[in-house]
Amino acid sequence: MRLRRLPLNLAALAVLVVSVFPVYWMVVTAFKPTRDIQADTPQFIPLHPTLEHFRTAVGADGFGLFWRNSLLVSAGAVLLALAVAMLAAFAVARMRWRGRKAFILMVFIAQMAPWEALLIPMFIIARDTGMLDKLSMLTLIYFIVTLPFTIVTLRGFIAAIPAELEEAAQMDGASRAVAFRRVVLPLLAPGLMSTSLFGFITAWNEFAFANALIIKNQDDRTLPVWLSSFGNIFGTDWGATMAAATLFMVPVLLIFLALQRRVTTGFIAGAVKG
Amino acid sequence: MISEAPETYRPPAGPHTPTRPGPGGRRRAAKVSRAAAAWPYLLVLPTVVGTAYLLLYPLLRNVVISFQHFRTGELIRGGAAFVGLENYQDVLGSPEFWTVVRRTLAWTAVNVVLIMVISTLTALMIARLGRRMRLAVMSALVLTWATPVLAATTIFQWLFQSRLGVVNWLLVTAGFDSFDGYSWFADGDSTFAILVLLVVWQSVPFAALTLYAGLTTIPAELYESARIDGAGSWQVFRGVTFPMLRSLFGLITSLQVIWVFKCFAQIWAISQGGPDDATTTLPVYAFQVAQSLHRYDLGSAISTLTVLILLAVLVVHLRRMYSREGEEL
Repeated sequence: MRLRRLPLNLAALAVLVVSVFPVYWMVVTAFKPTRDIQADTPQFIPLHPTLEHFRTAVGADGFGLFWRNSLLVSAGAVLLALAVAMLAAFAVARMRWRGRKAFILMVFIAQMAPWEALLIPMFIIARDTGMLDKLSMLTLIYFIVTLPFTIVTLRGFIAAIPAELEEAAQMDGASRAVAFRRVVLPLLAPGLMSTSLFGFITAWNEFAFANALIIKNQDDRTLPVWLSSFGNIFGTDWGATMAAATLFMVPVLLIFLALQRRVTTGFIAGAVKG
Repeated sequence: MISEAPETYRPPAGPHTPTRPGPGGRRRAAKVSRAAAAWPYLLVLPTVVGTAYLLLYPLLRNVVISFQHFRTGELIRGGAAFVGLENYQDVLGSPEFWTVVRRTLAWTAVNVVLIMVISTLTALMIARLGRRMRLAVMSALVLTWATPVLAATTIFQWLFQSRLGVVNWLLVTAGFDSFDGYSWFADGDSTFAILVLLVVWQSVPFAALTLYAGLTTIPAELYESARIDGAGSWQVFRGVTFPMLRSLFGLITSLQVIWVFKCFAQIWAISQGGPDDATTTLPVYAFQVAQSLHRYDLGSAISTLTVLILLAVLVVHLRRMYSREGEEL
C-alpha cells in the first residue's frame, strides 16, 4: 500500500519543490553575504546570514518614497472602488430595476477587459488632461481595474445576508440607509475586508500602466517599476536585488496569510462567477 | 428577528418591488415608491460614470486615434487629421505584424495547453493525497500564487543568470557542460522558453486550486459506479470527471487565454520584446510602436486589432456566458 502511493507522493514532492524553490531562493540569496552568493557551488542553506543586503535595499535612493507611492496609490484605489462598488452591489443584490441585467453584463465584460490594450489612449488622455506623471491618474486606473471584481464579490456577500434582517430593522422605524449601516455593514465587514485586500494586491502589483504613465517625474514611480530597473540600481548586486524583491513581496504574503481560508474559497468563488 | 416577521421574507434573487409602502397611507406610499424607483439608478451612477470615462472613453479614443494621423506633433499640438483606413493598411500590409500575430497565437497556445494539462494533473493529484501532504502542496501553490509578478520576474532572472545562476549550476552538475556560463537571455528561443516557464509557474496555482475545488463537488458514488463498471483512470476522467466539470474547464481555459494573450508585464520586465523581437507579442508590439517610434496611430490600430483577435478567439465562450448569465441573473 505504501509502495503504491510512492509515485503519487514523489509527484507531490516535485510540485512542492518547483512551487517553493524560486521564492526560497530569493529569500536565501537576500540573507547570504556576497561572498557566499558568488561561491562556485551554490549554498542552499545560508551559513552566514546577514542583513547587509536589506540595508543596501532600504538605503537605496528613493526607497521610502516608492513605498509611500505604492501604498498611497493602492490604498486610494481600493477605498474608492469599495465605496463605489458597495452602492452598485447593493442595488444589484437587493433591488429590482429595469436595466439590471444589462448592468451586470457590463460589469462582467469590464472584468475581462484587456486593460493592456488601453495603454496608448490612457497615455494620451493623461497627457491631454495634465495627469501624466501623476499618482492620481494611476489611482484612478487601479480603481477602475479593481471595480468590476469588487462589485461581483460584494454582490455575492450582500446576497448572502438575508434581506429580512434589514426589513425587520426598517419595520422598527429605521430608514433604509440606517438599516444598511446598522445591520448589513457589520455582517459585510469580513467580505469587505477580503475583497479590498485582493484589490490592494492587484494595485500593488500593477506594472504596465505605472511603467507607461510615470515617465519624467521619477519620484512618482511605484515599487514594481523601481524593481524592474534593479539592474540600474544595484548593478550585479544580486543580494540587494533579492532583498528588495523580498521586501516588495512581504505585504502581499501577509495579506494572503491573513486571509488563508478565504484565499482558496472566497476568491475562487468570485473568480468562478466572473 | 426572523420569526417575528416571517411574512416579509423575500429571497434575495427573486422578483420583488424596490420598496414596500411605508406606514404613511396610500398617497405617501405612491410618492415614496416613485422616489424609491430612482434609488437603484443613483446607486449605480458612480459605477456607470467611472466605467464610461475610464474604460469606454479610452476604448473609443483608441479606435478614433487608429483612424487619425497621430504622432509626436499631434500629441503636442493636437488637431489630428483623419486618414481613413491608412493605419490599418500599414499594419495589415506589414509582414512584421503577421509574424507577431503568429507568435502571439503560438505563445497563447503553448502557455494555455501547458497550464491546463499541469493544473489538471495537479488537481487530480491533490485529491488523492493524504491530509498532511495535501495541505503542504496547497500551501506551496498559494505561496507561488501570492508572489507578485515583478518579484517573480526578478527571481527568474536570478535563477537563470549566466555565471551565478543556480539553473546553470544544476545543469552542469547533471552533466550538461555546455550550459557552463550559458546566457539564457541573449538568445530569442531560450528567453521565450523562460517566459513560458515563468507564466506557467505563476498561472498553475489558480487553475489547479480552482479545479481541485471543483473536483471536491463531484459525488463519490459516480466514481464508484464507474470503477465497478471496470473503467480505468483515463476512462473515469473522460466519462465522469471531465463531463462534470466541463463548464469549469471552459471558464478557466478562457480566463487563461485572456491572461496569457494580453500578458505584458512579464515580457516587458524581462526582455522588452527582445532579443531580436523573439518575445514580441501583440500587446508588447503595440506599446513598442507607440512608445519608441512615437507612432501612436499605428499603436492604436494594433491595439484595436489585438482586442478584435482576442474577441475572435473567445467568441465561443462569450456567447455561452451571455446565454447563461441571461438565464440566471
